[in-house]
Amino acid sequence: MPIMPVAQPVDPSTLKPGPDPSSHQRYNEFPPQKFYNIDVKAVMQKFHPDLPASVLFGYNGVVPGPTFHANYGEPILIRFNNNLPADHVGFGIPSISTHMHNFHTASESDGYPADFNDAGTYRDHHYCAFPAGNDPAQIMNTLWYHDHRQDFTAQNTYRGLTGFALWYDSLDSGNENDTNPVALRLPSGQFDLPMIFHDKVFDQNGLLYMDILNTDGILGDRYTVNGVIQPFYQVQPRKYRLRLLNGGPSRFYIFALSGGAKMIQISNDGCLLPKPVAVDNCTIAVSERVDVIVDFSNFAGQSIYLLNQAEQLTGRGPSGNKLIPGDQVMRFDVGMTASPDNSQIPTSLRPLPIVDLTKVVKERLLRFDYFSGSWIVNGKVFDTNRIDADPKQGTSEIWTIRNEGRQWSHPIHIHFEEHMILTRNHIPIAPGSVENCRKDVIFLHPNEEVSVFFTFRDFLGHYPMHCHNTVHEDHAMMMRWQIEP
Amino acid sequence: MNRRKLFQLLRTAAVPAAAATIVRAGSTAGPKTTECTTPAKEGPRAGFFPNFVVVDQDGTKARFYEDLVRGKIVLFNFFYADCTARCPLYTANLAKVQALLGDRVGRDIFMYSITLDPAHDRPRVLKEYMQMHGAKPGWTFLTGRPAEIEELRKRLGFTDIDPLVDKEKSEHLGIIRYGNEKLDRWAACPAATRPEQIVEYLSWLDPKKPAKGLKAEPSQPADLSRKGELL
Repeated sequence: MPIMPVAQPVDPSTLKPGPDPSSHQRYNEFPPQKFYNIDVKAVMQKFHPDLPASVLFGYNGVVPGPTFHANYGEPILIRFNNNLPADHVGFGIPSISTHMHNFHTASESDGYPADFNDAGTYRDHHYCAFPAGNDPAQIMNTLWYHDHRQDFTAQNTYRGLTGFALWYDSLDSGNENDTNPVALRLPSGQFDLPMIFHDKVFDQNGLLYMDILNTDGILGDRYTVNGVIQPFYQVQPRKYRLRLLNGGPSRFYIFALSGGAKMIQISNDGCLLPKPVAVDNCTIAVSERVDVIVDFSNFAGQSIYLLNQAEQLTGRGPSGNKLIPGDQVMRFDVGMTASPDNSQIPTSLRPLPIVDLTKVVKERLLRFDYFSGSWIVNGKVFDTNRIDADPKQGTSEIWTIRNEGRQWSHPIHIHFEEHMILTRNHIPIAPGSVENCRKDVIFLHPNEEVSVFFTFRDFLGHYPMHCHNTVHEDHAMMMRWQIEP
Repeated sequence: MNRRKLFQLLRTAAVPAAAATIVRAGSTAGPKTTECTTPAKEGPRAGFFPNFVVVDQDGTKARFYEDLVRGKIVLFNFFYADCTARCPLYTANLAKVQALLGDRVGRDIFMYSITLDPAHDRPRVLKEYMQMHGAKPGWTFLTGRPAEIEELRKRLGFTDIDPLVDKEKSEHLGIIRYGNEKLDRWAACPAATRPEQIVEYLSWLDPKKPAKGLKAEPSQPADLSRKGELL
């Protein structure tokens, strides 16, 4: 299993022309301290040594893209240069909009689907690097960035435009030897593995194939991890942090480990839980992230498989049946000796933010459904020029999200601030549940409904809410909402 | 939507296991085909989109892939003349799209509405339908042999994986598929999408249109020497 390279900052004087502060909210308040110059281009890359190289789109020419390591309190600016060929042939469009999912970002830097830039142009994204409301309880740690081009998100991400972005703070400092008493000392460095899962199809010539005429959702018959089909990875008999990310396009996973290995879930959607939760498996819909700690110390000399136990026969959603033991997605080969392990599984992680229901000024109902081959929200198809919700800055609302389709599962993603699930199917989320956490993607199986608490602050402007089955979002299962002054 | 839900309720058979399969270009067509025996001239969708002979509202025959699609920017939808529910609305919407595009339709953008009822919707019926809905020349209405039009519908992806829903004409997919065959660039949107938006979507298919975004100074293109290295 390859590990993606780490993105390296550049000298800002090499950005010509320089960034335009006037095109960003709060730029001068949070001047960038690091600058990145990312070259989005077409590359040839293999998914398996026995397969020929396929044409892919890669951030800096690598797939998955380089991993950003960044720190809260240290604003950054990323220039995404679109150097894709304007006359590219095949699925994917040489036009990009990059979303750092789901960082607390001003609208103009958020990767709104219609805010794309075409081949031969660039766009600057400014990340202020402060948590929502400046509340430390709103810090997020495991994020990803991906293309969000309107109507072509499935195609461009399938072609390779995905990568990790890890944000650190004093608790999750990325250093298991940290002497700061508040540091959680989670497994770090080579023991912290970002893993992105994409299922793919290859044609009879072994080249990456995509069924772009399907509007229901598409499945691959090959699992890939970090861009390689069913890889293996040498680990030491000690604790590891696995950052599991479902990169889509449509598949749901239920991950479990073979051989009795245990998973301790520490986060949901990149947000640390209040306390670690021991889990037998974890369900991950498209774009959800789950961080787990796995202790391989009792498995020296053995092989442990990461299994997918979710049966899924169509792109519409999982069947509900569980595969036992499950499909082998990848293999960990555990060595005999471990370097010193100063990492820990803390008893508590990050406290939850306070949900102040007295701040709620409005409740909205958002109904997701199917109509005649495409997708609708509250009976309407996506129109980027129509504002479907207009919360006021500084207020909170309760949004109830309902899946009215009988045959489809939808991982619903609301951009901007993380929200707390209050109820699922009218039942309050219990303390200690892995859903008792901040979220930005919530899966809804047929006829399910959740209510979430959402606060709108710090920035103004337009954001989308959409299904993250990327095939659904590309066929109009999206709405524009906007934070108004 | 209600009819669809009714079908879903009535459905007794399990959804077929349609897990991803590798599609082979040029899969064989059924018997009694008008598919040309000579292979279609090259293009990204040659052998994938059928090359059946189809007939337009004027009775003019054409080979679907070679004459109507290859190398072109196209827009497809399916309809039938007797449809009283959705088709009239969608056709009216497409008439607005045609009005916005003006004389580009039939010149550099080709609009094709294909009947789901080819036995009934013969050229004369298509012509009447076209006139009734204010469709102008340049927008082509197509019919053909029923089995071949059915195959065409499937290959263009206007299908439902639920066989009960799929065979019900009135439940057909209300989407517009648009693409540039030369670039093999395809997408789809609801047929009810605002016409101005559909016109914008069609512009995305043209690699020569002015690029949206900021231009870097020529002295500073992204550094291409860093391919595959640490950034």
